[in-house]
Amino acid sequence: MRLFISDDAAAVACGADRVAARAEALGLKVIRTSSWGLHWLEPLVEIESADGRTGYGPVDPSDLEALLRGELEHKRVGAIAEHPFMVRQDRLTFARAGRTRSLSLDDYAATGGWAGLERARAIGPAAILEDVTASGLRGRGGAGFPCGIKWTTVRQATGARKYIVCNADEGDSGTFADRMLMEGDPFCLIEGMAIAGLAVGAGRGYVYIRSEYPHAIAKMEAAARLAAPLIAPFEIEVRVGAGAYVCGEETSLLNSLEGRRGEVRAKPPLPAVEGLFGCPTAVNNVLTLAAVPWILAHGGEAYAGFGRGCSRGTMPIQLAGNVKHAGLFEAAFGLTLGELVYDIGGGTASGRPVKAVQVGGPLGAYFPPTLFDIPFDYEAFAARDGLIGHAGIVVFDDTADMAQQARFAFKFCAAESCGKCTPCRLGAVRGRETIERVIAGEDRAANLALVEELCETMKFGSLCALGGFTPYPVMSAITHFPQDFER
Amino acid sequence: MGRLMLASALEEIVVRHAAREGPLLPILHDVQREQGYIGEADVRRIAQALNLSRAEVSGVVSFYHDFRRAPEPLPVLKLCRAEACQARGGEALARRAEERSSGRVKVEPVYCLGLCSVGPSAMVGDTVHARLDPDALDALIETIA
Ligand SMILES: Cc1cc2nc3c(=O)[nH]c(=O)nc-3n(C[C@H](O)[C@H](O)[C@H](O)COP(=O)(O)O)c2cc1C
Ligand code: SF4
Ligand code: FES
Repeated sequence: MRLFISDDAAAVACGADRVAARAEALGLKVIRTSSWGLHWLEPLVEIESADGRTGYGPVDPSDLEALLRGELEHKRVGAIAEHPFMVRQDRLTFARAGRTRSLSLDDYAATGGWAGLERARAIGPAAILEDVTASGLRGRGGAGFPCGIKWTTVRQATGARKYIVCNADEGDSGTFADRMLMEGDPFCLIEGMAIAGLAVGAGRGYVYIRSEYPHAIAKMEAAARLAAPLIAPFEIEVRVGAGAYVCGEETSLLNSLEGRRGEVRAKPPLPAVEGLFGCPTAVNNVLTLAAVPWILAHGGEAYAGFGRGCSRGTMPIQLAGNVKHAGLFEAAFGLTLGELVYDIGGGTASGRPVKAVQVGGPLGAYFPPTLFDIPFDYEAFAARDGLIGHAGIVVFDDTADMAQQARFAFKFCAAESCGKCTPCRLGAVRGRETIERVIAGEDRAANLALVEELCETMKFGSLCALGGFTPYPVMSAITHFPQDFER
Repeated sequence: MGRLMLASALEEIVVRHAAREGPLLPILHDVQREQGYIGEADVRRIAQALNLSRAEVSGVVSFYHDFRRAPEPLPVLKLCRAEACQARGGEALARRAEERSSGRVKVEPVYCLGLCSVGPSAMVGDTVHARLDPDALDALIETIA
């Protein structure tokens, strides 16, 4: 009998390796796959039978014997592909999640792998650019810049050589889709990078992965070796960050790749014109690049058929924090925050009322349930002084103290600032001190006014979004949760 | 960790990466993996080998949170202190970790391990831990102390 158990880091952190080892000790054949993304059920064990795979979770090593005797019914989840959490999704980028072995070239090819690259090779750069532009794909790293425009700029730029740089720094709290994709379907990212290389005329690509992701680093390195002959003459190399949040900012990342301090560069010049080692460079997020094989295989129009307004296609949304059904939910743009938090997320894990969600990482706004009618799309969030960023949704229950969250936002900015501009470097430190005074009850009104002033200065005087967007979490906490600043 | 590295070992690391574009970070990572930190003498030798100034290499080492400039005698527990883990009780856990580990384990903050759906999370070396509650945390500290 065969058992399927994920080797994704989230599953492993919950004990999947111990479950797998116990199953093997019991003489079972264990196959390690990627994770479906239903993380509240990890470690998830699927048993194969004549009518497919049946899931059980979360499974403890001590559950296995009961499972084999058919006595683990209370943990029976059924067929995962038919689970309500799965049925509501549009899995394009994460089509293979849970279904394949991440480093199996056979599994990859058998599930449509390399079809995008094949077509890209057949149609050539101009037609690739047309397709990516028609897809409406926007950068998934946070800024939402149209991918087709960026690639066209790199294509047209002149330089000794050109590069594709994959931004896998994924520093935002509440996000893990890049990690899951690299661990679970690394060939998909490699295929996307190879297509990008063809489109812009680049011969070499780097994947810059944060050091906090040892599993992803190991999988990407192995996958790059295995896939090398299939993507040649294009070459891919994995590089590892060194624990600096700001290195997710694209110009800071380029400095880091070059072996320098990760300070942000002033723009222009855009990296598309003068990027890595001064050469034209397409810097793209993991999810942007991983959407490309599907687009090339199915056509840009098909991708644009998902979504709403100027937000086309699907977004791998990450439900995190205090939420019952935490995990990966890839869906077309347009679901409301309320649908995501309550209907799909199932409310809080603690069972207490939802107080707030933070969307888009440490630079994203906090929203109260009264604003949960906002549809998930770039413009709708911007209109409410927020951002979808890398699409992490962090849920907080009513025990959260939003004044502490505002303080944390400044503290984080101060700790991670690259130091290049004063409003960010000093503003964050002063902001934290001032919020601490508010919390201590010193001269509240005056100090809150000072916080607001500091936020204005940071917003308009910072070179990058670390200093420029820290005001979002701070001001949204003050605006939507004033009672927490009056205790 | 904390072994002193031979000049020849450093030499070997530098040679291994010298032909790469932008070799400095890969070299620093390897040196730290080998001896647990990057000392003044290493900075000097790396600078020499790459034809950089000592200030340049030193500036890079100090910029990144990962790099240590002195050996760390204690085992290190990296506990996530970012928002999604805060929302699952991470801060109370961090206070407990400080109390329980005093002098035996170095508890360091880390801002997100990508395990935000199963927090609170921690990492020891390359091993990840999730769904930490007070009991699991205590057990983890006792295992590594
Ligand atoms: C402080 C800061 C951190 C960022 N972190 C990331 C990151 O971890 N991953 C990412 O893809 N983009 C990050 N970005 C956005 C990048 O600068 C850039 O917009 C992105 O890599 C472009 O790729 P895309 O167009 O495919 O999104 C960050 C930006 C800032 C200002
Ligand atoms: S805003 Fe902050 S992180 Fe960004 S460039 Fe300025 S100092 Fe650096
Ligand atoms: S916030 Fe703790 S793992 Fe992401």
